[in-house]
Amino acid sequence: MSLDWGGVADVVAAICMLLGAFLAFAAGIGIVRFPDLLARMHAATKPQVLGLILMLVGVALRVHVWSVVGMLVLVVVFQLLTAPVAAHMVGRAGFRTGKVPHEDLVVDDLTADEEAALAEEDAADAAEEDSEAERRASREGD
Amino acid sequence: MTVVFVVAIALLTVAAGCAIYRAERGPSMLDRTIALDVFTTTIVGAIALEAAYSRRATTIPILVVMSLVAFVGSVTVARFAAVEREEEGLIELPPPLGDVDDRAEGSER
Repeated sequence: MSLDWGGVADVVAAICMLLGAFLAFAAGIGIVRFPDLLARMHAATKPQVLGLILMLVGVALRVHVWSVVGMLVLVVVFQLLTAPVAAHMVGRAGFRTGKVPHEDLVVDDLTADEEAALAEEDAADAAEEDSEAERRASREGD
Repeated sequence: MTVVFVVAIALLTVAAGCAIYRAERGPSMLDRTIALDVFTTTIVGAIALEAAYSRRATTIPILVVMSLVAFVGSVTVARFAAVEREEEGLIELPPPLGDVDDRAEGSER
């Protein structure tokens, strides 16, 4: 009994394609239904890595050329490198522009750090002003 | 096999429609950025689907370009949105120099 490997590859490719498309669909629904920025970011990352990998595995199984596989691996590597950076930038910008509700956060280290930094800055400013006033007073005393 | 591709295209079309809806509606610049990211990913999926359906490899380089361009776009908008502060959707100029107290209050929020 000989197995038709081309047929098997096609079936696996079809399953991968369907799963990838379903992840993109779920991201679309999530991005419309979720209430705030972080929840939408969470939904949006689903097709960016796993969905993309599934769809590109589907392409590789349908197109039997090695150079194409190389290029698809390149796409996945780019996506794996750039998606976290983009998500980090968007999340940080959202945090700084006040789009993240602080009462929803379980751990909120960044706000504590920012407050500590601001307090330190204020203390440094006050010390500088004090020393300047002292210098001025001593100069006037001469 | 054709049925599978029709279903996948339908799912991707719904996803693209949802992403465009959010990009139009999204209350802030960053929501729009995320929505357009999802839209780009959907287009990459559609191109991959076409390549798999016709068993042609001519459109694969487009995928490489798309995955890079999407990154540049979202990072640029995120960088730009860091300046935007009070009214969402409006572009605000940075506070004038010397107004340090106002700025400190703003970043505390």
